[in-house]
Amino acid sequence: MLLIHCPYCEEDRSELEFRWAGEAHIARPENIAAITDEEFAEYFFLRNNEKGLTYERWRHIHGCGRFFNAARDTVSDRFLMTYKAGLPKQPIPTAEETAAIAEEKTVETWEATEGDAR
Amino acid sequence: MSASPKDLGAFRIKDAGRHTPAKTARFTFDGKTYTAMEGDTVASALLAHGVHLVGRSFKYHRPRGILSAGPEEPNALLDVSRDAGRRQPNVRATVQEVFDGVRIASQNRWPSLKHDVGAFNDLLSPFFAAGFYYKTFMWPKEAWHKLYEPFIRRAAGLGEAPKEEDPDHYTSRYAHGDVLIAGAGVAGLTAALSAAATGVSVFLVDEQPEVGGALHFDAGTTIDGQNGYEWAQAAAARLKAMPNVTVLTRTTVFGYYNHGFLGLVERVTDHLARPGRDLPRERLWQVRAKRVVLATGSIERHMVFANNDRPGIMLASAARTFLNHHGVAVGRQVGVYTAHDSAYEAAFDLKRAGVSIAAIVDCRSHPGDAVLAEARALGIDVLTGHSVTNTSGRLRVSSMTVARNGASNARKIAVDALIVSAGWTPSVHLFSQSRGKLRFDEANQRFLPDIYAQDCISVGACNGTDDLSDLIDEAIAAGSGALALTGENRFEWTGGMIGAAEGAGPDKVVKAFVDFQHDVTAKDIRLAVREGMHSIEHIKRFTTNGMASDQGKLSNMHGLAIAAEMLGRPIPKVGLTTFRAPYTPVTYGTLVGHSRGDLFDPARKTPMHTLEAAEGAEFEDVGNWKRAWYFPKRGEDMHAAVNRECRTVRDVAGVFDASTLGKIEVVGPDAAQFLNLLYTNAWDTLKPGKCRYGIMTREDGFVYDDGVVGRLAEDRFHVTTTTGGAPRVLHHMEDYLQTEFPHLKVWLTSTTEQWAVIAVQGPKAREIIQPFVEGLDISNEAFPHMSVAECTVMGVPSRLFRMSFTGELGFEVNVPADYGPAVWKAIWERAESMGACLYGTETMHVLRAEKGYIIVGQDTDGTVTPDDAALGWAVSKKKTDYVGIRGLKRPDLVRDGRKQLVGLLTKSPDVVLEEGGQIVADPNQPKPMTMLGHVTSAYWSENCGRSIALALVAGGRSLVGKTLYVPLKDQTIEVEVTDMVFFDKEGGRIHG
Amino acid sequence: MADLGTATRALPLAGFHGGSSTVRLEAAPPAERISLRVRAEDVAALSGALGVDLPVKPKTSASANGRTALWLGPDEWLMIDESGTGIGNGLMQAAQNSGALHSAADVSHRNTAILVSGTGADKAINAGCPQDLSLKEFPVGACSRTIFGKVEIVLLRTAEDAFRVEVWRSFSDYAFGLLSEGARDAAVGK
Ligand SMILES: [Zn+2]
Repeated sequence: MLLIHCPYCEEDRSELEFRWAGEAHIARPENIAAITDEEFAEYFFLRNNEKGLTYERWRHIHGCGRFFNAARDTVSDRFLMTYKAGLPKQPIPTAEETAAIAEEKTVETWEATEGDAR
Repeated sequence: MSASPKDLGAFRIKDAGRHTPAKTARFTFDGKTYTAMEGDTVASALLAHGVHLVGRSFKYHRPRGILSAGPEEPNALLDVSRDAGRRQPNVRATVQEVFDGVRIASQNRWPSLKHDVGAFNDLLSPFFAAGFYYKTFMWPKEAWHKLYEPFIRRAAGLGEAPKEEDPDHYTSRYAHGDVLIAGAGVAGLTAALSAAATGVSVFLVDEQPEVGGALHFDAGTTIDGQNGYEWAQAAAARLKAMPNVTVLTRTTVFGYYNHGFLGLVERVTDHLARPGRDLPRERLWQVRAKRVVLATGSIERHMVFANNDRPGIMLASAARTFLNHHGVAVGRQVGVYTAHDSAYEAAFDLKRAGVSIAAIVDCRSHPGDAVLAEARALGIDVLTGHSVTNTSGRLRVSSMTVARNGASNARKIAVDALIVSAGWTPSVHLFSQSRGKLRFDEANQRFLPDIYAQDCISVGACNGTDDLSDLIDEAIAAGSGALALTGENRFEWTGGMIGAAEGAGPDKVVKAFVDFQHDVTAKDIRLAVREGMHSIEHIKRFTTNGMASDQGKLSNMHGLAIAAEMLGRPIPKVGLTTFRAPYTPVTYGTLVGHSRGDLFDPARKTPMHTLEAAEGAEFEDVGNWKRAWYFPKRGEDMHAAVNRECRTVRDVAGVFDASTLGKIEVVGPDAAQFLNLLYTNAWDTLKPGKCRYGIMTREDGFVYDDGVVGRLAEDRFHVTTTTGGAPRVLHHMEDYLQTEFPHLKVWLTSTTEQWAVIAVQGPKAREIIQPFVEGLDISNEAFPHMSVAECTVMGVPSRLFRMSFTGELGFEVNVPADYGPAVWKAIWERAESMGACLYGTETMHVLRAEKGYIIVGQDTDGTVTPDDAALGWAVSKKKTDYVGIRGLKRPDLVRDGRKQLVGLLTKSPDVVLEEGGQIVADPNQPKPMTMLGHVTSAYWSENCGRSIALALVAGGRSLVGKTLYVPLKDQTIEVEVTDMVFFDKEGGRIHG
Repeated sequence: MADLGTATRALPLAGFHGGSSTVRLEAAPPAERISLRVRAEDVAALSGALGVDLPVKPKTSASANGRTALWLGPDEWLMIDESGTGIGNGLMQAAQNSGALHSAADVSHRNTAILVSGTGADKAINAGCPQDLSLKEFPVGACSRTIFGKVEIVLLRTAEDAFRVEVWRSFSDYAFGLLSEGARDAAVGK
């Protein structure tokens, strides 16, 4: 069972609290009433269903209720990152960056501890 | 209970083993009573009494004994029962602990274990070679159902499944830990001590009743100068006393899933003679561990040689467990056949316990010097460079045939047990389940963990770490703590082989078993390769090697080596089959856990459920809801009750529980704009105090849900959905609100259960509710059809809708749910006194069908547009956007000839159509006939005095007045196409 | 019309009680509740109007003046007022008095609550709830919407060994039944 990081709850939670919601970053056309049949098919019916890195939507339906985006490797089921709905497609952090982010979290910096006071 | 030493079995060795002689238990095996010691497994207890023959093999019905002393056991599968209701087949005799009164029976034999008719199969074995299912049962086709399938079903599977309901209960628990350690041998215990000292939370899990792992048999290990097994028990006691440690014994980690999630089964009562009532039989633990330490040890392999499956032939380490742990000798004249030093230690232990060792037959020319020296010192005959090429003995091994490797002359040596070892296979099952990648250790012919996919580490024997000091260091490091611990083994071990031994090579036609449970021989694997199976996955399926309930714990490596030899390819190139969960079989009871009976699924009941039941309601399931279906009076069947209810509603009035309809509160300044986007209708034109029927389509233009929406204020709507659609409609709305229209200032709240909804429908509806309503004029002028208002009902703030799903004057009284019963009772008392009735969902269905009102999901099926359903009027032509606006313009959705919802009247008014019945134009057309559509709703209408139906029919509206046919198996029903309204076509009653 | 009487309230779990030697289960008394939705810029106004500082940190709650605000999502709170048990909803009125943009929906009767207490309370809940209920991860005051077996609940830790389980009324007897099973197992298991 997957463990999914909800970017709103800022916590890893069991897959049981979530619902998968299809491929991410497929925006509803602004002028949807005017698009062609082909454009409609592209928007509504066709999905990439790629093996490997995919961007997909999840909803923390039995948690905070929010929809959010995730980058997941469908081969390993590893979540590379999750981020809030509405943000553009995020680049996948490299292994070094991931390590740096992890380190950043644990190192107390003046900005992190005092920054709010300014 | 006490027993004399003799009662405990002739093969008990005085002062050997770790059980307490005073504690005994009696059990039966195939009807005969035996005495065991507490702590015995069924296997050790039977062996104590000299019983080796415990079962018949799956395919050939060959006599089989006890091969191992642990969960890897492929042979000794028995039927174990506590009482009539508690019986389980296929229990491993090496795992089941004996308790007083347990009844054990052998399986797969008839009429008896010693005389089994099925053994005839052994003579027919040429016909049962690998792949015989695929070849033998190919043709003729007709024979499959009559002959082959019944035969396979009878022959397949050992044991007999119980038919009674399981009287035990099973529980389930989620847990979290910083570290979970699988296996509590030296490595697991050391890792646990190391981790626990750092203060993190630790789960230490072991499948055996006590910790110790290999220390159960390996009496030559000392830790910190102490006897290994005793050290292990003391270590476990220290760990159990720590608040941050949970030690689970009799618990198997059966699955290692994604993201540190593990499935554990704890066997709570299977070893107890009289378990307490509150104890579950088994407990499922679903543990999320931040880090996993795998200390799962290794499993000894058998030798693959001719007739290696006779009772009395077993793994050397098993013989050591029976001796050192249970105090049982597996024979009096024991032969040893090995390719590994470890078997020597078994011989030493047996010899010291007074058992004769016929000979140690070692297929290697150069065993370890130390074990060789010790054997000499003990006076044990060692034949190096020799092999056992055959055995004899019908129900128990009686001799081994021994030959020098490569030589043709052989001699028979009498034995009553033959212990074997081909070396040790690291238990990488859980590592593989975690998606880790293995590498092949060429020097030691084994697969070892290589690339980890999760935060997990393998330590000890499962990691190929053989040296005890290295193992301890590795385990301490895995626990991330510091610990001073030293360990010593009496002997260093070398050796090991995989594949067929001497005399079972490709040139030989012998039965050298690789997989005991599925009766797969070395020859079968070679045959599979010759038949063209070149992938190990194909070979596995063709031979069924490793596919039995033991999942090939003993057989996989041998099978792989034999296949690789045949293919002429190195082992890593042939590859290993995938290890899948569960590691050992798990009962359905454990997987089901609490989800039985009332807890199988929630049964949702409305606030008025009890009152309705008291009025005699029959209930039907609608999703998880229990809805009142109809209210039969004494002597009425369903038909009579529904007819009476239908009549009464239209003549007087009826009271109906509509609480289950989904309700969503839509609040915010942009509420109308949001609903405009989610429904096909226009909502900005709806004035507060009014309501409107709305249709929701998906982006593809198909009807998704419907319901009445009331506007309570400029910024507050009360939306209703279908009963079954409530959760998905809210999800659908949230999806659009959060991700497509997040700029809108509006919020959605599920209020389905906030309100108890009492519908009062019929000519007298107003008169019935009038006295209860305060603060609102509900006259037809002040409160016309499709009005909504907040008011007070019986002193409670309520919402009153004037709406109708019957075509009659109707109201729906929404009161806060806790007040539902009181208000319902009061309204029903008054209604009853005025001649009204209670009605249920069946009458509601008939009445709405009389009016041609659709039910989404019954009259629509996900391919129906609003226009198809004759609801085109509810689709706004003015709006420039809503979900579905583009989908509805798709060529297929606007073409002529689409299926449209119409009414059907049978030519014979008494005939009620069947829902789902197919409709054709020409009943005489040869099959396959051209089907125009199907019946979606069909009822007897008491109010129309005839049957009515709704149907989806291609080009339906253009066929009104035409005759069509519904061909059934026995008859063809003639129908006329009509419009959808069967009752009160003018629609005046609703405005009454 | 007063002759027809005033409706009396019937709680969905009236009469339910149970548990084991380590877990006590009881139906909570009636309470006023609203589902409150507020954007970040209006949190202060609503906090003032309701007399409770709406917590903005995930999985936390705040209590004052008999009212408890449970963070459920970034713009969503469940407000519970255990003192307001009469007819009408004071929380709705208070929220409206804020004059700030918000959505409040009365859910007093949608939810009911089960009080779970005792040394085995966390284990009883873990019979169906996949969250880590250790004090480190789920301290006193922590709250979350989550799953309990086959139903959704809102879980609030009210003390080291006490929880409030908020559940929709039609799921409450299932929740109570599963908690009873969990309580029984908590008394006999590790
Ligand atoms: Zn969340």
